[in-house]
Amino acid sequence: MNNLKVLTNGIFRENPTFALLLGMCPTLGVTTSAINGMGMGLATAFVLVMSNLVISLVTNIIPDKIRIPSFIVIIAAFVTVVDMCMAAYLPSLHESLGLFIPLIVVNCIVLGRAEAFASKNKAIPSILDGLGMGLGFTLSLTILGVIREILGSGKAFNLPVFNENYGMLIFVLAPGAFIALGYLIAVVNRLRKTN
Amino acid sequence: MGKKLESNFINMVIVLFAVTLIASAAVGYVYTLTAGPIDNAKQAKQVNAIRQVIPGEFDNDPNAEIWEKETPDGGKLEFYPAKRNGELVGTAVKTYTNNGFGGKVWLMVGFNPNGTISNYSVLEHKETPGLGSKMDLWFTKNGKGNIIGKKPGTTGLKVSKDGGDIDAITAATISSRAFLDAVNRAAAGLEGSDISSGATQQNNN
Amino acid sequence: MEYILIFIAAVFVNNIVLAQFLGICPFLGVSKKVSTALGMTGAVTFVMILATLVTFIVQKTVLEPFGIGFMQTITFILIIAALVQMVEIILKKVSPSLYQALGVFLPLITTNCAVLGVAIMVIQKDFNLLQSLVFAASTAIGFGLALTIFAGIREHLELVAIPKGMQGSPIALLTAGLLAMAFMGFSGIV
Repeated sequence: MNNLKVLTNGIFRENPTFALLLGMCPTLGVTTSAINGMGMGLATAFVLVMSNLVISLVTNIIPDKIRIPSFIVIIAAFVTVVDMCMAAYLPSLHESLGLFIPLIVVNCIVLGRAEAFASKNKAIPSILDGLGMGLGFTLSLTILGVIREILGSGKAFNLPVFNENYGMLIFVLAPGAFIALGYLIAVVNRLRKTN
Repeated sequence: MGKKLESNFINMVIVLFAVTLIASAAVGYVYTLTAGPIDNAKQAKQVNAIRQVIPGEFDNDPNAEIWEKETPDGGKLEFYPAKRNGELVGTAVKTYTNNGFGGKVWLMVGFNPNGTISNYSVLEHKETPGLGSKMDLWFTKNGKGNIIGKKPGTTGLKVSKDGGDIDAITAATISSRAFLDAVNRAAAGLEGSDISSGATQQNNN
Repeated sequence: MEYILIFIAAVFVNNIVLAQFLGICPFLGVSKKVSTALGMTGAVTFVMILATLVTFIVQKTVLEPFGIGFMQTITFILIIAALVQMVEIILKKVSPSLYQALGVFLPLITTNCAVLGVAIMVIQKDFNLLQSLVFAASTAIGFGLALTIFAGIREHLELVAIPKGMQGSPIALLTAGLLAMAFMGFSGIV
């Protein structure tokens, strides 16, 4: 596989959210607005790139039997770094993402890519794979965030689209998350078929 | 690709220990870098909340002159005096109510030295989502239930349904009552009288 | 009374799956049959209570006294991963029948964010040990309730003619949305 393919693979063909249905918890939990969705996506992307890089470098000195625990420690370290940096420099975003930041550590995408890709490939492709997957995740979270924000509160990226009073509050609430994602996946499936 | 390290006991212990050690050291290092900024961010948030509810400029650090008052139900109110040249220009009160539809509602309410309300901001609530942004505007000068400039004193403000003169948020009477309860609690605390509950508490249905 | 409130809040009002979006992966993944849903519930309940107990003790006796609260995420996830492994080994030796019922679900639990989520939440909510355990047990029951109801509905969905584009995950998500809406009816009772 050439490097470009590795990069775009995660964004479109194997998009973690729409194609693989991974990382559903943050996908549903933080997408009440476009900004939140994007922030979460980028935080996850950072962890993906860094952990993929480190794991691809050290994979040869880690015995097979303790592979998973070692990967988890590496991932958890980067998650903690992201958590602290966001608390320091983006406090309001940190607050609205809340519990979902430490929970990046159990996001199946991160461990999944470490296991399926980074542990078997060299550094450069691993970074690109992490970047592609991360951007794919960011893209889907942002799209879902925009849809929910527009339908729910009449805004997109905090900019008014129509009068807030006509927003359907349900889309900002829990049920709206499931329903919006359900229809979105149906639409994406349809698009993928025709391509 | 080089040869993998064997999975014998010593290798496993050493590698796992090393990985954990390096990870901890890295995290600890970042912690020392970010501890300061995190503290600053928290502090800035508090000061911004105070600045939002106190109209005039102040030159002291209200955080440093904070005083507290315990409430009988186990909580506490926090009072932040804002001063200019040593003279009181207003007091921001961090107050709460237990009567919200979804539990506690936290507010920051600013009072002028004469006891009238200068402004307020909603810090935290678990009411129906979307209600928070309504609460932000409803009780301001241009809102329908204006409380700015009113003096709750010890008697307290009430929604019109309970015989008061504040219009409740449409379809959210319980939340409006809770909101006023928190405001009244702050005012009563500031006046130095009984702060066990706001005056609207008896109408809690 | 306090414990009843925690119980009702965790099971119905703030249901871990339908209101807080934790543990969605097993919720969508192992909800095709009621029997597997019940097995998963058993395994999650067991691990969640055990994990909360251990992480709580570690937080209070190690992380807080030594001022290394920033190691929370790393420590907790390692504890959970180790616990899951241990439970698997012990169960295999002690009760092969129970192992057969729960065994296949155990490896999935390490990456079930509900377990780590609850462990962190009880620290954030400043619960004491007993409150934490009640909270963990209630959350697990809430998870089981949502999962079992959902599996029951999906068993029936198998027999329904669904438009082609909506088959599979889209219809499952819509169903979950309606279920979440039903659970919203509980809000305000605590």
